[in-house]
Amino acid sequence: MIHSLFLINHSGDIFLEKHWKSVISRSVCDYFFEVKEKAVDPENVPPVLQTPHHYLISIYRGKLFFLSVVQTEVPPLFVIEFLHRVADTFQDYFGECSEGVIKDNLVTVYELLEEMLDNGFPLATESNVLKEMIRPPNILRSVVNTLTGGSNVGDTLPTGQLSNVPWRRAGVKYTNNEAYFDVVEEIDAILDKSGTTVFAEIQGVVEACVRLTGMPDLTLSFMNPRLLDDMSFHPCVRFKRWESERVLSFIPPDGNFTLMTYHVSSQNLVAIPVYVKQNINFFETGSCGRLDITIGPKQNMGKTVEGLMVTIHMPKVVLSANLTATQGNYTYDLTTKVLVWDIGKLNPQKLPNLRGSLSMQAGAPKPEENPSLNIDLKIQQLAISGLKVSRLDMYGEKYKPFKGVKYLTKAGKFQRLSLSFL
Amino acid sequence: MSASSAFNDEKGGSSSVGEPEYGHDPASGGIFSSDYKRHDDLKEMLDSNKDSLKLEAMKRIVAMIARGKNASDLFPAVVKNVACKNIEVKKLVYVYLVRYAEEQQDLALLSISTFQRGLKDPNQLIRASALRVLSSIRVTIIVPIMMLAIKEAASDMSPYVRKTAAHAIPKLYSLDPEQKDQLIEVIEKLLADKTTLVAGSVVMAFEEVCPERIDLIHKNYRKLCNLLIDVEEWGQVVIINMLTRYARTQFLNPNINEGGGGEKTFYGSDEDEDEDEEEKEKKPYVMDPDHRLLLRNTKPLLQSRNAAVVMAVAQLYFHLAPKAEVGVIAKALQSSVLEPGMFEPYLKSFYIRSTDPTQIKVLKLEVLTNLANETNISTILREFQTYIKSMDKDFVAATIQAIGRCATNIGEVRDTCLNGLVQLLSNRDELVVAESVVVIKKLLQMQPEKHSDIIKHMAKLTDNIQVPMARASILWLIGEYCEHVPKIAPDVLRKMAKSFTNEEDIVKLQIINLAAKLYLTNSKQTKLLTQYVLNLAKYDQNYDIRDRARFIRQLIVPTEKSGALSKYAKKLFLALKPAPVLESPFKDRDHFQLGSLSHLLNAKAGGYQELPDWPEAAPDPSVRNVEVKESVRAVGTVTYRDTGALWGPQKMEGSEGCSFPRASDSASGSESGSGSEESGSGSESEESEEGSESEEEEEEEEEKDKKKKKKELKKPTIAPSSVLKNYELLHRITGEGLSVEYCFSRQPFSPDANMVAVQMQFTNSATSDTKNLHMEDVKLQSGMRVKEFPEIGEREPEDIQCTAMAVMGIDFCDSTQAANFQLCTHTRKFFVSIQPPVGELMRPIFLTENEFKKEQGQLMGMNEITEKLTLDAKCRNEHAIVQRVTTAANLSRVPCGSDKECRFAGRTVTSSSLVLVTVATKEEGAAQLTVNCEKMVIGTMLVKDILLALTQ
Repeated sequence: MIHSLFLINHSGDIFLEKHWKSVISRSVCDYFFEVKEKAVDPENVPPVLQTPHHYLISIYRGKLFFLSVVQTEVPPLFVIEFLHRVADTFQDYFGECSEGVIKDNLVTVYELLEEMLDNGFPLATESNVLKEMIRPPNILRSVVNTLTGGSNVGDTLPTGQLSNVPWRRAGVKYTNNEAYFDVVEEIDAILDKSGTTVFAEIQGVVEACVRLTGMPDLTLSFMNPRLLDDMSFHPCVRFKRWESERVLSFIPPDGNFTLMTYHVSSQNLVAIPVYVKQNINFFETGSCGRLDITIGPKQNMGKTVEGLMVTIHMPKVVLSANLTATQGNYTYDLTTKVLVWDIGKLNPQKLPNLRGSLSMQAGAPKPEENPSLNIDLKIQQLAISGLKVSRLDMYGEKYKPFKGVKYLTKAGKFQRLSLSFL
Repeated sequence: MSASSAFNDEKGGSSSVGEPEYGHDPASGGIFSSDYKRHDDLKEMLDSNKDSLKLEAMKRIVAMIARGKNASDLFPAVVKNVACKNIEVKKLVYVYLVRYAEEQQDLALLSISTFQRGLKDPNQLIRASALRVLSSIRVTIIVPIMMLAIKEAASDMSPYVRKTAAHAIPKLYSLDPEQKDQLIEVIEKLLADKTTLVAGSVVMAFEEVCPERIDLIHKNYRKLCNLLIDVEEWGQVVIINMLTRYARTQFLNPNINEGGGGEKTFYGSDEDEDEDEEEKEKKPYVMDPDHRLLLRNTKPLLQSRNAAVVMAVAQLYFHLAPKAEVGVIAKALQSSVLEPGMFEPYLKSFYIRSTDPTQIKVLKLEVLTNLANETNISTILREFQTYIKSMDKDFVAATIQAIGRCATNIGEVRDTCLNGLVQLLSNRDELVVAESVVVIKKLLQMQPEKHSDIIKHMAKLTDNIQVPMARASILWLIGEYCEHVPKIAPDVLRKMAKSFTNEEDIVKLQIINLAAKLYLTNSKQTKLLTQYVLNLAKYDQNYDIRDRARFIRQLIVPTEKSGALSKYAKKLFLALKPAPVLESPFKDRDHFQLGSLSHLLNAKAGGYQELPDWPEAAPDPSVRNVEVKESVRAVGTVTYRDTGALWGPQKMEGSEGCSFPRASDSASGSESGSGSEESGSGSESEESEEGSESEEEEEEEEEKDKKKKKKELKKPTIAPSSVLKNYELLHRITGEGLSVEYCFSRQPFSPDANMVAVQMQFTNSATSDTKNLHMEDVKLQSGMRVKEFPEIGEREPEDIQCTAMAVMGIDFCDSTQAANFQLCTHTRKFFVSIQPPVGELMRPIFLTENEFKKEQGQLMGMNEITEKLTLDAKCRNEHAIVQRVTTAANLSRVPCGSDKECRFAGRTVTSSSLVLVTVATKEEGAAQLTVNCEKMVIGTMLVKDILLALTQ
């Protein structure tokens, strides 16, 4: 299946190569570089490339390309999912997935890759199984190991590998037993010039941090499970229970994991927390323009909107911006032509406003398209869809765990278009 | 963050020494010598006695490999350390070996014996990694060794080792394809494996080695379907894809009866269809229950977090499900191009954001275009209009093409689209204009007479547009419809003649075409111009253009030499041309399996397996029937024992007697052994075993039989009538001649009522003595307890040559966690573990019907688990159900008034929690299984086990 993996940094250096079958020369990456040169954005490099003898399947994560080489038929999504899993594992082990950190932990990375695939087919991808085989870096242990000559490699088969709950290791012990759940929702919305919603949906995720002793069997139930529409679950969730009772029943992995992700796409359910009044004009003559933006609260369920930020990609001809903001600061990056207005907390009594003039390149024609606004915001303690956890029950263990749920709403791809019709 | 950076400081050596070396250019001579020196110090470190130094050296070497630097000259020094005790050094040596063995075959052979030893290690991880490395060394000489190792590992007791064996199969196959037949045997064996761990890997091996041997799947089909949900995600993808192909060969097309739809209309005349219809009336389509099983068991996986799994299920439904059911995949799958109607409600999910990468934009555009119909076209067009303003030019071009396709597909909006596109002609961006011209050209061909003003407008554009393709398109359009623009056409030709020499080749060709067409229709005005153009073309650099000019001159300009053809010149040039079909770039890939690499690239990738057409008539479905096996896993050396249990000792003696005297002994031993265990009561059991043990040897067959009968009579009524399953504790090979098997005797363990009795049987087939058999170093999960069996003492050499029995008690604390311990003889220690199936963690109790109902009433809600199932064809009568349930779990039958229900009751051994099982049967093998148990985990596991027992 997966023949080789090359890790390539932003400037096109291959800084790690791993082969699971016979060695493939790194010159195979030249095809990839050719395409990468042409692409404006690294994201625009097609994920699957065909070369005379190989197929190159790549992902772009953390400013790195994970490029895999395959020779025969394999579902492309299989490889892409796997590469993401590799990146996730690095993130999990080293706290981040970047060139520096991979280079610093080259041997651990190599050992991980060796364990994750055998002959190109995934062998162990569960984080807790891997962590028992290859221990993550940790100061204390590395001191001890240097002194005693001990190793970071486990010598017995992790119990998870054999059980039917491979995501959990046996014999977990904690003095403080706790289970926390974060319900995080992102609003994806496109509004048109007049402020009407063209498209809106909520992407939700339930992140969990579970530190419980033994083999707990948890059941998480919601006040309003019917809201949830299209879900995907961590393998630990019992599908049948969800289908019949609409509760999440699972034996949790140890530590942090994503329990489920969901969509709420029916339009009337998606509340838009702020409204934006905007007026951007470019004048035919005098090579200048005017900008006037006001933001106010809309449907925020009585919670405060925080971390408000507006980003505008200006047309190339806009040279500078001379604006005044009643709240927060703005910056205009001349090279990337991005205007960022960082507002902070939204005060409903005094609405933030940004206005002023834009100066354009002399003689250049007026831009055809008005730029669109990207809005970023945060609302603590609120899941905008109204989803609420009603209770968490634990079976199989006797102690009383400490439980907690947090809610957070964020703007995902919140776009306000300045449409004008043909 | 801080932790990881500090760690690197600690680790120091590897990165700080490794780093500068990376920067050097290996080609330059000076560096080369210092390189050489440094390798010398690595060699020194590898030769030292200290593991820490070796580890340091290996880390540096592996770092070199990771960066793609050559470290092959260290091979001899590294290989020496293959037997190093330090597990991390060992692993790194393995990494090195696999990388360079191919280049240094002779030296690599030195390491083989270490791996052969590793294959027999008591630690399953070491056995597995030895096999992994051995099979990864691509050296042809060791093929026979690899073959042997794989065969051995395929019957290993550890499922992890068996999984590794499955992985090794394709490795060996790629090294030596001639081994195929033998490997297929191993695959067949592993396919029968019942653990989820092995399933995905062996199917992968099957796909790589012998995808054409679909017959191997029959017997395992239902098992694979049932295991699927518990297989790890990667295995799921592979299995689902394989089962899709399997189903296409074994089941009938579920859409066969859909009138009009389906492939039926494509072939065959009307007559044929009539015949078909008659046939249909005779035989209404009934879905094979196995086909249904596959669809049902894959559906929950649509909610997997792994997109590859979701895609695999989606393609399965797309290729296999009845039309009415395909809809379920739409929600889970919003990124693929399938049948239109299905995705219509999700139209807006495909609206494009400026932040999407280009390829996603183009795909979404494709989806939107396919979804367009009369009702939603106006919304979609409005959406397209915003896209045209995007900064991403490739995307704009794709959008314009999409508008063109909407216009061709939906007649009502053709004019609107055309007008919109014409407006785009005044766009400032040349690319947009060019693309529009090309699309307009295609659209105009459909109704040229109505749009002469557009043609005129386009003629004007020739002054400004520079993109060759667009210029060529305009010229072609004018030439083709010159009759509609009689005044403008000659003028355009005049301008073109002027700029002819500076044009691109494709424009030049179109100028020649235009000239020729005008010459034929309007020779008065254009004769000279045409001559001029043709003369220019005659001396063009491009031979294509020269040829074209020569050819056209001969054809249109009448000379005395010109042949008969010139009479037809007009017909040739001004023939009515069919309007082009605007096609999706994604057309024509339907014949590939959805979601495959081949489908994506629209080209057959190596190793792609064609998805077969549905068969005309369904092959025999009975091939998938499986008889119930007694052993827990169908593989392995214990198969012999299974048959022994079924056929009795006499038969075995005849067939196996000469070659395996020990084995037959052990078989009879197990029979009588388990018997004596039943009769003996707890505390004396060990004595009675010893007794029966020593007697055994000299005993005659008859006596044995008698004894057996006697014991059978003595069986307590409550004990299940089913045969006890034997599990392997220590394999003959790993135990160096000593093999140990155990079974859960289902008898109360008298020293401690909270313990499960485990009966062990030792067989020594080695030539040397085995003494002092006892247990040591028991490792248990908290709460678990073990009552060890008494040491089996010294014996005379003859005695050792046979079997011995012992009983131990384990308190599993009502969990299926394994009890690990060492089994010691006077010379060796073996690591073994006993893991109970959940059904053995309980003991049967008597309940009346009323008691049962009362207890059940108190165990509702969370404590009740209900599953629907389809009973196996051989398990549809009461007797069979009772037998299978009691085999799977140590429960007793509860009397019941209804003959549609079977009830069973028991208590868990440790906590005495009630376990109630109800199997309610319905028509046609449908049934419902209900388990009520206070302990939810036990309940869930029990449901799974009983379900498996009843459906297979």
